[in-house]
Amino acid sequence: MSQSNSLKGRKVILHDMCLRDGMHAKREQISVEQMVKVASALDAAGVPYIQVTHGAGLGGNSLQHGFAPHSNEEYISAVAAQMKQAKVSVLLIPGLGTMKELQSAYDCGARSVHVATHCTEADTSPQHIAFARKLGMDTSGFLMMAHLNDAAGIARQGKLMESYGAQTVYVTDSAGFMLPEDVKARIGALREVLNPETEIGFHGHHNLGMGIANSIAAIEAGASCIDGSAAGLGAGAGNTPLEVFAAVCERMGIETGVDLFKLMDVAEDIIVPMMEHVVRVDRESLTLGYAGVYSTFLLHSKRASERFGVPARDILVELGRKKMIGGQEDMILDTAMTMAKERGLLKSA
Amino acid sequence: MKKIRCALIGSGNIGTDLIYKIQRSEVLEPVWMVGIDPESEGLARARAMGLKTTAEGVDGLLPHVLEDNIQIAFDATSAYVHAENSRKLNELGVLMIDLTPAAIGPLCVPPVNLRQHAEKLEMNVNMISCAGQATIPVVHAVSRIQSVGYAEIVASLASKSVGPGTRANLDEFTYTTSSALEKVGGARKGKALAIINPAEPPMIMRNTIYCLTDDEPDQDRITASILEMIGEVQKYVPGYRLVNGPLFDGNKVTVFMEVAGLGDYLPTYAGNLNIMTAAATRTAEMFAEEIIKGTIQLPAPEVA
Repeated sequence: MSQSNSLKGRKVILHDMCLRDGMHAKREQISVEQMVKVASALDAAGVPYIQVTHGAGLGGNSLQHGFAPHSNEEYISAVAAQMKQAKVSVLLIPGLGTMKELQSAYDCGARSVHVATHCTEADTSPQHIAFARKLGMDTSGFLMMAHLNDAAGIARQGKLMESYGAQTVYVTDSAGFMLPEDVKARIGALREVLNPETEIGFHGHHNLGMGIANSIAAIEAGASCIDGSAAGLGAGAGNTPLEVFAAVCERMGIETGVDLFKLMDVAEDIIVPMMEHVVRVDRESLTLGYAGVYSTFLLHSKRASERFGVPARDILVELGRKKMIGGQEDMILDTAMTMAKERGLLKSA
Repeated sequence: MKKIRCALIGSGNIGTDLIYKIQRSEVLEPVWMVGIDPESEGLARARAMGLKTTAEGVDGLLPHVLEDNIQIAFDATSAYVHAENSRKLNELGVLMIDLTPAAIGPLCVPPVNLRQHAEKLEMNVNMISCAGQATIPVVHAVSRIQSVGYAEIVASLASKSVGPGTRANLDEFTYTTSSALEKVGGARKGKALAIINPAEPPMIMRNTIYCLTDDEPDQDRITASILEMIGEVQKYVPGYRLVNGPLFDGNKVTVFMEVAGLGDYLPTYAGNLNIMTAAATRTAEMFAEEIIKGTIQLPAPEVA
């Protein structure tokens, strides 16, 4: 237990994702009223950062990713107005969201942003990171699907994001595929190359049940920002359940500054009753983690499966084999149709 | 047969691929390649392929425009320098094909509106973006049958096929393509999404086109219109292929396309590069044919 003791007194910043990543698990259908209720409760529990908006972030409202009942501006404005201590953050994926939308999010009260690229494509983010800094936002570079790049590669990509102005660089386990040693290798490599004042973050998914263990491993390797989600509400088997993580931190003496019991109450009394399905490791979300597939693909694959008669697990494994990445949700239906044709379930055009 | 002499500005992926396309043309001849880095691979390759080169930017080309009778220029630099390049060359009577997202001239997608531009003798036409060239024909194929309130496209590009200029300016790509879905595609509102995928071996360019029609879609007529349009694009991009669809859900029409390139400069996965340079070449050829026939005449240079 010497490792646990070595983390005693470490300060970690918690960042809740249930109102952004959780939108995926709700087919983007969370109302403004629900967002305000959840965010206010998280704020009262002392969670310092709360991410809101469409699951795919700024620019996310689309046929590709689904339409939320309200605009991102409506969500951000409504939540930001009620925050007593928490900062509202947003997600921006270049190629989907633009600087115009970031300006608009800032105007509505967002003060922190994850600028996200695939783990090998950091050089699509310089203009967005620089613009976020110009606005004075807390700016993170967010390297998605981090299992698809090795530790040295992640270090190079993180260094690029730092050079554009990112104050924090995230290792993002979008597929919930990584094991603690994978997390440690990547975060350790980042810690070696980044400036000492640049912080490191970890964003986990729970598809292999490793959300907590991976987040602890991240802290051991030098991370100080951890994304999680109350009751785990998020894509796939969900994010690292934030209240569980906070409890583990308390046991280990890691300082998060949150009120654990209040956070537990948010999860149990507010989030769980909102769930349309129990967010857990089931056959399909386990397949995501096992095959290294983007967690958001879960519900899309289930729908494609119902429509074309190809099992969701088969579709997900094929998407993993074809190395499809976040944002390619259109390829789920396309792949299902191609597989259905091969299996004689659909006539060729 | 007489050929119209051309200059290529920008020695990156697009400029280099253009050399191959223009060399094969019956009415165009690549004469100059303009870069800004004397050490660039693109300029070295252009020299090896018999082109004159300058590393002094457009200003290095200007003194040679008249003596070398350059009549058409292709700009594959960036949106930020295009306007100046275009102004300087237009003054010398050179017609400009713009492959940057600058879009200061009318937007051109050959099977949709090229003939209109050639008849009007536009001195600057813009080629939008690779994603625009790959998807707008399909949007137009739907909107010419019935009105489209919203069109959305998703372009997936192989990481190796996306150069540093596009990467550093993704927002310009998004804005220009979204706007062209409306202006040329005929949708009342357009939205463009781009994904850069690093898979090895590289994935062939994929495009998904979604259209929301105002009324219930006439499936037979829309399907026929799309298939006809795909045939038109295949005349200059043989690797333009329907993979799945059209799929109809209520008023939503979805089409899944693939674009394989000819493998000129980059391998066949770079269908995005190919469709852009092929469309630009097709556009220049249309103008060149009219110039050669004498049906259009370029203006006399202002500085003789």
